[in-house]
Amino acid sequence: MANVAHTATSAPVVRRRSSFEKLMSNTSLWRGMLAIAVFLLLWEIGSRFDEWFGKEWTLPFIGLIPAPTAVFAAWLEILPKAGYWMSWLQSFKRVLSGFLVAMLIGIPFGLALAVNKYFRDLFFPPFEILRPIPPLAWVPASLIFWPTNEMSIAFVTFLGAFFTIVINVLGGARTIDVRYLRAAQSMGASQWDLFSKIILPGTLPSIFTGAAVGMGITWEVVLAAEMISGGGTQGGGGLGFFIWNSYMGGSLEQVVVGMISIGIAGYLSSSAIRWLGDRFMPWKRLF
Amino acid sequence: MNQMTTNQKLHAAATSPQGTGTGRPLGGALSIRNVSKIYDPEGVNVCAVNDCSMEIVAGEVCMIVGPSGCGKTTLLNAIAGFHSITHGEILLDNQLLCGPGKPKASQGADRMVVFQNGALFPWRTLAENVAYGPIVQKKMTKAEAHEKAYHMLAEAGLGDFGDKYPGEVSSGMSRRAEIVRALINEPKVLLLDEPYRAMDALTKSIMHESLLETYDRTKVTIFFITHDLEEAIFLGDKVHIVTTRPCSLKKTVDVTIPRPRTYESLSSEAFRTLMEEVNEAVHEEAVKAFQAGERELA
Repeated sequence: MANVAHTATSAPVVRRRSSFEKLMSNTSLWRGMLAIAVFLLLWEIGSRFDEWFGKEWTLPFIGLIPAPTAVFAAWLEILPKAGYWMSWLQSFKRVLSGFLVAMLIGIPFGLALAVNKYFRDLFFPPFEILRPIPPLAWVPASLIFWPTNEMSIAFVTFLGAFFTIVINVLGGARTIDVRYLRAAQSMGASQWDLFSKIILPGTLPSIFTGAAVGMGITWEVVLAAEMISGGGTQGGGGLGFFIWNSYMGGSLEQVVVGMISIGIAGYLSSSAIRWLGDRFMPWKRLF
Repeated sequence: MNQMTTNQKLHAAATSPQGTGTGRPLGGALSIRNVSKIYDPEGVNVCAVNDCSMEIVAGEVCMIVGPSGCGKTTLLNAIAGFHSITHGEILLDNQLLCGPGKPKASQGADRMVVFQNGALFPWRTLAENVAYGPIVQKKMTKAEAHEKAYHMLAEAGLGDFGDKYPGEVSSGMSRRAEIVRALINEPKVLLLDEPYRAMDALTKSIMHESLLETYDRTKVTIFFITHDLEEAIFLGDKVHIVTTRPCSLKKTVDVTIPRPRTYESLSSEAFRTLMEEVNEAVHEEAVKAFQAGERELA
């Protein structure tokens, strides 16, 4: 509405650029694309060096990796296959379920630790002892505890995100400027108002930081857990198992395909969190 | 006296028992009597305020000047109810805020604080910030509060900025909005803790004119802590100079320059005389503070 009013009143008519034009003139985007192109080119040259100059010219490390074109060909081959997409689906399901449960429990738990001294005195010490244990160290124990592989993976995934989220929420809520609380109290805010209108929005940035970091850890953990336990009859599959299976089958191209797939999946996940963050925190979108 | 806006009159009639229409609708006389505050963290007795007494008449602009770290903010925190006092009493319109048997005043909307570096909620737009008080106090519906907020922001020259977040406007604007946020609660006393610190001289002068304009409109009692002597004389009815720690009243200077004041008042003879008087008293304390090893001076 503001734009309409503006163009109606201002004398020199400035044509608004279409989003396509904006995209085309985005130098950062072009630079980024160029960088990726150069990276792929160097990779291609590096890995095909021995084909062009003979076996004795095999470059260390990169010479053993399949070339991007070969990876791309392998990718095209498996793209129409349902199994590949099932791996995506299964990994995403695990990441999402573990992550969501971690958020659902972690945010209230972190907030409770922050606002209630008794709760903090009781629960923070055991939390701090469990926190340094890497999620993967829980794998054998959870395989024993939980009746199915699927539940073990979900549990380990949950742990990966949970501790990070709680620590971030706790830190965020504890560092809210005391002046905000005082100002709100002076204006007559009740305890509930303080919590819902000051502490909660004040903690949101930390919640999203925790979510972004937690999401990253969740992918790591899911992949590792799938490699360790995913080979069984139940709870198999997933991108981690896809990579492991390709490795066992000797298809190095498919291993790389799996790796890049995870990169894309992680990127999609963090984009989703960024998008949600923008929705929930309009005041952060300013600059 | 007759400079109340219609809006103010309406509210004076509707909400304030003192609102007779003959004078200021709101009270706001502050009596600070023999107040002492001793901080005692782990047995280290630090006397921040010692036997400090001040009488602040309702509707007065009272400026507190003194060396940094001398305990001015401690006094303000005691009035606002953020901290307790050790001895003495503080009364607002002859009602005990804190004193014997009640070391800490309850926080209330009759005393609104404007903080040193600004404390608008960054996650709320200016209008939402201003509307916050009446909404949580359930004095108005959300719609009413927002309407009033936009109205009051417009009065303060911020009419176009109600939808902006604090991060989107200048520090001067957000400070003005913060004063509006305080005023919508119809406080008896406005407590300002060096609100214009770290602002450049130009912005400061605009802030001063805006505050004076607001004061002329509302005649709210103002308790204003500052380091800036020029600011103190330009804005105040009285300038209370306090000693270096422990803080107590050293000298009160009556500012006789008539209102409304403009920036021309700064170059008047009367202003210069007052400036010298205040400067002399403050300088004495500054030297003492310096000798006592305080890190920063008035």
